[in-house]
Parts: sequence; C-alpha cells; structure tokens
Amino acid sequence: MSEIKVDVRGETCPIPLVEMRKALRKASDGDIIEIMGTHPASLKEIPMAANALKVKIISEEQQGEVWTIKLQK
Amino acid sequence: MAEKATIIVHSGDLDKMYSALIVANGALSMGMEVSLYFTFWGLLRLKKGGLSKGPLSKLNLFGLGRAMIKNRMHKANVASLERLMADFKELGGKVIACEMTMEIMGVKKSDLNEDLIDLYGAVGTYIQEARDSAITLLI
Repeated sequence: MSEIKVDVRGETCPIPLVEMRKALRKASDGDIIEIMGTHPASLKEIPMAANALKVKIISEEQQGEVWTIKLQK
Repeated sequence: MAEKATIIVHSGDLDKMYSALIVANGALSMGMEVSLYFTFWGLLRLKKGGLSKGPLSKLNLFGLGRAMIKNRMHKANVASLERLMADFKELGGKVIACEMTMEIMGVKKSDLNEDLIDLYGAVGTYIQEARDSAITLLI
C-alpha cells in the first residue's frame, strides 16, 4: 500500500478532477491518494467524484486557500 | 457497465471546443464512458495541428477577440486544448470522425491526426453510442 501525492495548486477546471482520476486509475486497491489544490469548486467536486467512483474519502482540510483531500482506492 | 456520455462536436469554434473537452474530461473523471463524435466544423479541428485553430463563436473581431481570450486564459492558467485532448485519450475517451464530413470537405485520413481517432463512422455509429447514453450533447 503506497501513498500517492497529486499537486494541482494553481490549476483550474477541469485539471484537478482529471489529475485525481488519472492518479486513481494508476493506484492499486488500498493506496492513499492525497490531492492538494487551490481551485475552489474542486474542493466540493472531488468528493462528489469520489462518491460517484465509490472511492473512500479519508479527509478534507483547508488552510487558507489551499485544500487537501485524501482518498483511498 | 459504466454510464455514458456522447457529445456531437459540430462547432470548431475555440470556445466550444473547450466546452466539449471540459465536459468530456469531467465525465471521464467522474467515472463515465465518453464518446466525442466530430462532424462538420468540429471535424476540421482533428486535422493535424488544428485543435486550437478555431475562431471565437462571438466577438472574434477578426482574431482580436480570440487573441484577448487566449491571453486571459493563459493568465488564468487554463489548460490548452492539446493537453485536454491528451488527458481525454489517457482516461479512455473515444474519438469518432464523421466520414460524410470528410467526403463533403475533401478531408483525407492522412490530413487528420489519425492517432487520436478511434473510429470512423456515420449516423448509425452515433446512434449506437447515444442510445444508451445518460448524457448526450450537441456542441
């Protein structure tokens, strides 16, 4: 089980979602994917996508304009 | 089987290419299958080096408006159409080229960016793709 980091700070629609999906496709079952970004809508939409993909949401945090979402495949 | 989205890319305008590829990438990212059916002016964007060659659908102003929008997109760090297309293909999206348009417009396979294209087809292909799609759009 490994931890994959995806840095999409400064990226805008639809790149945070796309990079999340690419990382999930490459990950193995049980891997943790940590996505860090600044695009405001993606903070809501990445969890929406995770639910649609039936991927577990471990945590969501926001510090200033940077948010971090952890998912488990 | 995953839910599916099928989009007819009829316009070759720069802004509408963005709409089509952003929706398509969003759908793939959220677990759907996606087919893009390129026809008429949209098909011309599949020509080699042609992806971002389209004008703006409004306020093109002989290319001035287009240059302004491109500049603002660059400042806002919006991804290029080339990157969005590469992501679309990486996430398993399907590109279909309309054969009738190729005939009408005198476009040969060798004029097109063939490595992007999964399938050459006509209306029957579109209907087969669209009939079990949850989302269908004409852009």
